[in-house]
Amino acid sequence: MKIAVASGKGGTGKTTVASSLFSVWPELAAAMDLDVEEPNLHIFLGPDPRRLRTVWLEVPELDEERCTYCGLCSELCQFKAISIFDGVGMTFPEMCHGCGGCFEICPADALKVKRREIGSIHGNQRFLMGRLRVGEAMSPPLIRAVRREAEQIFDPGMDIIMDAPPGVSCPAAAAVRDTDFILLVAEPTPFGCHDLKLAHQAFRPFGIPMGVAVNRAGIGDDSIYSYCSGTGLEIMAEIPFDRAAAEAYSSGQIVARFSEKMRSLFRVLADSIRRKVLQRQEG
Amino acid sequence: MVSLETSKAIAMQEILIISGKGGTGKTSVTAAFAHLAAGAVICDLDVDAPDLHLILDPAIKSSHDFISGNLARVAPDKCDGCGKCAELCRFQAITLKDAKAVVDEFNCEGCKVCVTFCPTRAIDFPDNFCGRWYISDSRFGPMVHAQLFPGEENSGRLVALLRQEAKKLAESNQAEIILSDGPPGIGCPVISSLSGSSLAVIVTEPTQSAIHDLERVARLCSHFSVPACVLVNKADLNQPLAEDIERRAGQQGLVSIGRLPFDQIFVQAVVAGKAVTEIGDDRSASALRKAWQKIESILNNGKTQPKGETKK
Repeated sequence: MKIAVASGKGGTGKTTVASSLFSVWPELAAAMDLDVEEPNLHIFLGPDPRRLRTVWLEVPELDEERCTYCGLCSELCQFKAISIFDGVGMTFPEMCHGCGGCFEICPADALKVKRREIGSIHGNQRFLMGRLRVGEAMSPPLIRAVRREAEQIFDPGMDIIMDAPPGVSCPAAAAVRDTDFILLVAEPTPFGCHDLKLAHQAFRPFGIPMGVAVNRAGIGDDSIYSYCSGTGLEIMAEIPFDRAAAEAYSSGQIVARFSEKMRSLFRVLADSIRRKVLQRQEG
Repeated sequence: MVSLETSKAIAMQEILIISGKGGTGKTSVTAAFAHLAAGAVICDLDVDAPDLHLILDPAIKSSHDFISGNLARVAPDKCDGCGKCAELCRFQAITLKDAKAVVDEFNCEGCKVCVTFCPTRAIDFPDNFCGRWYISDSRFGPMVHAQLFPGEENSGRLVALLRQEAKKLAESNQAEIILSDGPPGIGCPVISSLSGSSLAVIVTEPTQSAIHDLERVARLCSHFSVPACVLVNKADLNQPLAEDIERRAGQQGLVSIGRLPFDQIFVQAVVAGKAVTEIGDDRSASALRKAWQKIESILNNGKTQPKGETKK
């Protein structure tokens, strides 16, 4: 089973929860960090993982010897990555989304395939992460590449805990789709509640069961509790705010290993997530 | 070296608050700076999960649809199920179901390849209505903000549009400063927020995760030649790490503009819908005031000693 740990708002504790769930998960599990812009899970799970490969996007390069300046490619390109104007052709590879349409449409075979590095995949048999190249804008293709890599590398029977990127737009959607459960980590503050609503709305069309882990319970207000009870979104865990645990997190420790209380809290959460997924798979 | 003020035109400065890692306090800091700046144009560029309006409680003056890009839509009666579109689509957005092409709107990148190559012209390409943006008035000044619909893309384009509108608003209001709350991460919307800004304020915290993320976001600033400074939030959570951050920041050429304590007042202010600097004069508020003064002096220095590229 695949469990995505997500949130609308950043910094609510996704990585804290993902690393803790991974450390107490009752079955053999693998972990995946899909927050490729700012991956942090490896900080908690161990030393910097080995670089496995570079991920590229195919972008066009213009061969002006062959180009007839017919303009079909620039007319097709929706991302302003090719300009053909008045006998001058130029490509802007950093604008390219890698759709491949220009290669397909060129009648003169004047576009050669060049590659743009979008990032790299790192990891081992139990852990995978993507790391977006600094300056690269497009994270979804890298997120999808890491997920494809997991299908190759991880044992098929293994459960996978996935740390998703923050937000509710395309990177987050690419990370949580086709999973068996989405755990939304939320803070009990007006910001936390607002962004929880956004995430709940954004992910609902995927038809994946969702639950909430309230992190830093006890600070802030009651707004997320009323939202959850009003919409039937189940609160599956409340992780109390604990300054000592926050200090442990700050130095890279897994919170579930911080105290017996935290360990059993995450163990109960892991069990209830597994039970929900198994029930759904059987029913 | 002192250069003469040659133009009477107001030198507009765009200050962007970013962090790399989410949840370090960008929005609370932006709200406090908006309070202290008095009269700046305020902009929420975290169009994906905007929160600044929860504190600023803006009165919306005008609301606009954000229509950007297009999506593929199959007309099933025209589709003969040849599968050409699914074969060409590089975003796994098309599958064949019961011998008809079906578009997965979440994966569709709007590239038009399927539309162009469909032999029966069965795929339409309607405009994508993906959000709303607003011009508002807040108690700290005029505000530009938006909400991308959940799950939508084109956040980079929406950010670019908001920045343009903020500049227009600053011109008509004779405002010298545009203060923007940025998105987390280092991807598309951050790049769109950052390029051409006058100054990036990186809000970080003394955690291993934040240090890792700070290094990447600082490299992004230098990639786009945007001068950056660092504000360490929750500094007493891990004092040695806070010092380490400032040391590393110095090595990367970033100016440290101060430390904020790990203080419940940040949550209390959010719950009360106030900026931290509005609800008291405690240590957090005074640290924020000092940080803002440092930013002002960086900006004033920047006027006589241009640093990096500032596209106008």
